[in-house]
Amino acid sequence: MSSDVRFTDFKSDKQPTWCPGCGDFGTMNGMMKALAETGNDPDNTFIVAGIGCSGKIGTYMHSYALHGVHGRALPVGIGVKMANPDLEVMVSGGDGDGYSIGAGHFIHAVRRNVDMSYVVMDNRIYGLTKGQASPTSREDFETSTSPDGPNQPPVNPKALALASGATFIAQSFSSNAQRHAEIVQKAVEHDGFGFVNVYSPCVTFNDVDTYDYFRDAIVDLDETDHDPSDRDQAKDKILESEKEYMGVLYQDEDSVPFEEREGVDESMAEIPDGAPEGAMDLVREFY
Amino acid sequence: MPEDLNWAIGGEAGDGIDSTGKIFAQALSRAGRHVFTSKDFASRIRGGYTAYKVRTSVDRVESVVDRLDILIALTERTIHENEDELHEDSVIIYDGERSTMQDVEVPGDATALEVPLKRLAEDAGGAIMLNVVALGAACEVTGFPIENLDESLEKRFGDKGEAIVENNKEAARKGQHYVQEEYGEFDYDMETTDEDYVLLNGDEAIGMGAIAAGCRFYAGYPITPATDVMEYMTGRVDQFGGKVVQAEDELSAINMALGAARAGARAMTATSGPGIDLMTETFGLVATSETPLVICDVMRSGPSTGMPTKQEQGDLNMTLYGGHGEIPRFVVAPTTVSECFWKTVEAFNLAEKYQTPVFLVSDLAMAVTEQTFSPDTFDMDEVEIDRGKVVDENEINSWLDEKGRFQAHFAAADGISPRAFPGTTDGAHMTTGLEHDELGRRTEDTDVRIEQVDKRQRKVETAREQEDFDYREFGDPDADTLVISWGSNEGALREGLTLLEEDGYDVRFLSVPYIFPRPDLTEEIEAAEDVIVVECNATGQFADVIEHDVLERVQRINKYNGVRFKADELATEIKQTLDTPAEATQ
Repeated sequence: MSSDVRFTDFKSDKQPTWCPGCGDFGTMNGMMKALAETGNDPDNTFIVAGIGCSGKIGTYMHSYALHGVHGRALPVGIGVKMANPDLEVMVSGGDGDGYSIGAGHFIHAVRRNVDMSYVVMDNRIYGLTKGQASPTSREDFETSTSPDGPNQPPVNPKALALASGATFIAQSFSSNAQRHAEIVQKAVEHDGFGFVNVYSPCVTFNDVDTYDYFRDAIVDLDETDHDPSDRDQAKDKILESEKEYMGVLYQDEDSVPFEEREGVDESMAEIPDGAPEGAMDLVREFY
Repeated sequence: MPEDLNWAIGGEAGDGIDSTGKIFAQALSRAGRHVFTSKDFASRIRGGYTAYKVRTSVDRVESVVDRLDILIALTERTIHENEDELHEDSVIIYDGERSTMQDVEVPGDATALEVPLKRLAEDAGGAIMLNVVALGAACEVTGFPIENLDESLEKRFGDKGEAIVENNKEAARKGQHYVQEEYGEFDYDMETTDEDYVLLNGDEAIGMGAIAAGCRFYAGYPITPATDVMEYMTGRVDQFGGKVVQAEDELSAINMALGAARAGARAMTATSGPGIDLMTETFGLVATSETPLVICDVMRSGPSTGMPTKQEQGDLNMTLYGGHGEIPRFVVAPTTVSECFWKTVEAFNLAEKYQTPVFLVSDLAMAVTEQTFSPDTFDMDEVEIDRGKVVDENEINSWLDEKGRFQAHFAAADGISPRAFPGTTDGAHMTTGLEHDELGRRTEDTDVRIEQVDKRQRKVETAREQEDFDYREFGDPDADTLVISWGSNEGALREGLTLLEEDGYDVRFLSVPYIFPRPDLTEEIEAAEDVIVVECNATGQFADVIEHDVLERVQRINKYNGVRFKADELATEIKQTLDTPAEATQ
């Protein structure tokens, strides 16, 4: 099936309920294109979705999928991939899901480096609960629960990833369809944890981090002399606060995925009809 | 002399108490004696008091008792901690040459046996072997052939080289000879038999049961007293194509296990009270996504951090009711160390047959008890695997809807939907913790909601019809006194029954391993004059559910479609209920 898979095969027949103009449409299209371009099909793909507007993606895409508990999408993805490394695992969620309630899992998923991709739709706002500050909201961003702004600096997820030993860090922008799909594709192709933060603007509740803002602010790394294999260059760009970059910031070409290092190379789904051969040796160990 | 012998070694954590005790227990087991061990320990790495206790007999032993015959005391505190258990024939072995042990007063008429453990160990090659000198001394006191100890020492020190093993054997003999020369004969005579037993604890039995049952993925976070399950499986499950992953916390552990189960692996996590609290978040998702998952809770004293190294059966309500909303779930509580193995196997079958979370509830008492069994107790040929309604590529067509979409939550008459592992052609589907339709897609449609809630609950009814959720019965079946217990109290109660019988009390004892669904005990309770429910907790959580089960049946009006009750609707419903015979509303 995989030779003639089109990206629309990854689309379900459910119509998205995202607001018209929501960045998540573009983010999802790029994910579907990346999956099709990398030779995957819905029957060998597992999508794990978080909670929030972004979490609805499991419903709008067609594949094996689980839409789980708020913040816990990454552990589910790790479990799926460890149990069957033949599957293409893609985890997707929002900035609240990944960098607030799920921040602990983010750090550990990055350092564990299981071969999967993680696409975060970062709109710097809590949209589904109608407009509260998110962990990536600006310090002075006024919302219903932070009338004077959160009064704390936003999380820098790419810096967090770099400090946690990431092997692939990229930034993308949902409105730049072609580049976005390319970047996600690179994350899928990466041997390890492919992390893509996607600026995916919320047109309803965020009037600061808008399409216009990102269009003006973003510099495409492909138009610079950035070397993604150079961790120091990546660090400098990631910590630069006044600029937004798009592209692969860092990639360790020698990355070896966790499951490979752990010697897991085939599906754990098939088991014998009774106790496995040699099981009686387990009993004899207790003599 | 009593037929069973109670032996202990005690000292500070870090003194090698556990490994020394285990060496002795293993030696006894290899010599064809039954063993039942227990531990006194604190939640610290060094310091404090800790002891490893061994009860041994040629007959089966199922419990600890309050009597200590031989005590190796490495600290003075060890003697005080055990004062109540010592008697006039007790023998206390200690090193009177140690500066901290020079003024030791041995309580009552117990025999003080001063053995220069450290000096003799140094003579044998190093002070580190002083515990082994004490084991040699204990062999002499109990009349236990020291050759039996050699095998245990080989097992324990074999990987450290021949010289270390030989030094240890020599150290044991120095202790033996010292007692022989300085103290002469003792009254104990430990018989050996030709039986060959295996020695394992409840956590190990759970881990072995999991591997036997085909569990291939385990994710967990270390916590006393469940860590041994994880440690047992680490490395061993790899030999069968599986893997243990240490997660960053229990929230992650249960979600990793859930992911692995979605991918088609038999998966499991194990934890204790504080970890179960965190995992509660995901119980509902496991149940509504209809994912087969075994969640093991090795209970310890709560609440909060409680007493981490002490026994309690305080999580019954937690495993029965934990989590918001209502879900079908099974709660199984093995009653003995060997049942920890068999109930684990059963838990995996239940999980996959009914696609539900199965709570496997054990406790600290079983986790720290090493007990002897004939190896046939764990006959692997008896292990049966039932994977439930798994459909492959050839069968999947019958489960697709008119548009060719797989119905992962098909509202089957028995409540059990088909299950397609990811990778199965045409099986792609989603599932979610949101209420969903038969395709697994979010819905708030009231009819679909009702259909899916009922479908999930029907699995419990189906299980009640298909499974044998029975109790284990002991004692006098016609006795007027009925004792009911759940979990690990079975052994102590069985021995307790023998003591009661000697005093003229006849008791019928039902040991219940199934907490939900559980056997209906109404008839048994009505037939008895006195009913006593025994459990290791303050409030009687199992007693509450037993009382609940035998209460007069009320009729029920329930609504769960997401809309609140309305006055007129309620009035109608109540009238209808009153007009309908009680049986028909069930």
